[in-house]
Amino acid sequence: MSTLLEVSGVSVTFDGFRAINNLSIQFAEAELRAIIGPNGAGKTTFMDIVTGKTKPDEGTVVWGERNISLLGMSESQIAMEGIGRKFQKPTVFEDQTVRQNLAMALKNPRGPFSVLMHKKTKTNAARIEAIAEQIGLADQLRRTAGELSHGQKQWLEIGMLLAQEPRLLLVDEPAAGMTVEEREKTTDILREAAKTRAVVVVEHDMEFVRRLDCKVTVLHEGSVLAEGSLNHVTSNQTVIDVYLGRGHA
Amino acid sequence: MRNSFIAQNPSVLWFLMALAGFTLGVTLLSEATGIAFLSTSFVKTLGKTLCLCLIAVAMDVVWGYCGILSLGHFAFFGLGGYAIGMWLMYARTEVIVLESLAGQALPATPKEVSDAIGNQIFGVVGSSEFPWIWAFADSLFLQLLMVVLVPGLLALVFGWLAFRSRVTGVYLSILTQAMTLALSLYLFQNDSGLRGNNGLSGLQNIPGFEDTSQAVISIVFFWASALALGLGYLFFAWIVSGKMGSVIKGIRDNEARVRFLGYHVESYKLFVFTITAVVSAIAGALYYPQAGIINPGEIAPIASIYLAVWVAIGGRGRLYGAVIGAAFVSLLSSWFTGGGAPSVPLGFYTIQWTDWWLVLLGFSFVAVTLFFPKGIGGLFDRLVRKQA
Repeated sequence: MSTLLEVSGVSVTFDGFRAINNLSIQFAEAELRAIIGPNGAGKTTFMDIVTGKTKPDEGTVVWGERNISLLGMSESQIAMEGIGRKFQKPTVFEDQTVRQNLAMALKNPRGPFSVLMHKKTKTNAARIEAIAEQIGLADQLRRTAGELSHGQKQWLEIGMLLAQEPRLLLVDEPAAGMTVEEREKTTDILREAAKTRAVVVVEHDMEFVRRLDCKVTVLHEGSVLAEGSLNHVTSNQTVIDVYLGRGHA
Repeated sequence: MRNSFIAQNPSVLWFLMALAGFTLGVTLLSEATGIAFLSTSFVKTLGKTLCLCLIAVAMDVVWGYCGILSLGHFAFFGLGGYAIGMWLMYARTEVIVLESLAGQALPATPKEVSDAIGNQIFGVVGSSEFPWIWAFADSLFLQLLMVVLVPGLLALVFGWLAFRSRVTGVYLSILTQAMTLALSLYLFQNDSGLRGNNGLSGLQNIPGFEDTSQAVISIVFFWASALALGLGYLFFAWIVSGKMGSVIKGIRDNEARVRFLGYHVESYKLFVFTITAVVSAIAGALYYPQAGIINPGEIAPIASIYLAVWVAIGGRGRLYGAVIGAAFVSLLSSWFTGGGAPSVPLGFYTIQWTDWWLVLLGFSFVAVTLFFPKGIGGLFDRLVRKQA
């Protein structure tokens, strides 16, 4: 499988604190990957770097088959390249309807003038309905997003990411605050999405990661500590010491 | 498309009908075209109020919908007024000068005419030279173009610098205040080329219509202001509906999310900032011929703060709210400060509203912010909900 995103030798320092330390990690075209690690391991900073929010001090971030560097690009350019990001807290536009939220995310020209002249089409409506179906909100399209439950907001946000048709989806703690059934459904949505694109899930919750049943990367102090199946990494002594140790000792 | 747009935004239709009804009413009551119940100066006040409503609608789009609390939009309003004022003053002075030179034995040379006009206009600031910014003042068409171009360009450059550096929130508000303050201080100087603190005056005299009475001119400007407000309202209602509205409201509520969806947030802010600045300038160009005079005091920082207060009292994020707020507060303000409101004798102290009006306005602003965050316009929500 060809490499979609390659992060190599990346370091970033905030006020003397080394949040990311010579991090190298790569993702393939269509894979599901979980990134785990204790607090402060650099999971969120890693996402910030890939999506253009934070500029690293050194290292390279190379994207796609044309090997484009993402480092000089703005957040919106990176998003247009095909990287979608879900925030930790569900961030949907609360006083707009589910349909409007999805319509805004739908892959279409993003310039002010094309948006101003935008007309609703049947194709777009069908795409919106298909996504709503996928995230289980098909009968909620007319509702205001602010009225949705916490879990539904999370799915709506995932739906908005899918509507962007990204090739890489970065998902930050999707299961936080969800009930058991909601978690199951979230796992299904993510696994389905990973069939056609790369999905990277940053997660705290080991149970959830186990259910995703995918390759796991353990971050610690800003670099990769271990990589492999969940069983493989959880049997790694260093991983147990720095991360699992506290809970399992 | 228009049909479905109106159908989806019934409040636009209601607003346009109310505006048309109001215009008709004023027309029938005015001196020139009706039963002369309303004085010419009151018709002018109403016409000016419509212009203030138009800039309030623009302010609502930039602040209430896009979340950019600009406290500098009156600078654009003033620039629009100055741009049209230059032509009005030039052309009017030219008429007077030509009349006075007509009696001479030798016909005046163009140089003499130009010098005489310069003397008339700039004598008050001790000069008679035409500054370069008056280069187009003899052409109504070019000067109308300046009404749009000068404020538009200023907004574009200012906005580009500010938004590109990701200046947001209260810092942006301060920056816009600084812009309008700097502009006003600059114009206060005698060598700014716009007559310093004297400003431009006599703007109510429309060149070419010397024999037309002010009663007629006032009602024509009233119509023009009503038309501009109607068109401006329709235009902005169209902008804030549909997908554009979704995106700019999204920027207001969560800028980062919009950015990660792939929208170039800065371009959208710049678009909204500039387009509202241009509409503000058009409102100003209609306002000042009715006011008769413009001076740098008009674009002092406080003016733009009032604008924000009107929109807040009227209700942010709903265009009719901005109109209600601007009309209600500015008319109330002229009633209080014009000596219309009776003084309140308290025995030990008499409340003179000319002095206390601002205090009252300040308290109302605080009260609205605390207790009715949706403003007066929010009351309509309750009505609609009751019906539903």
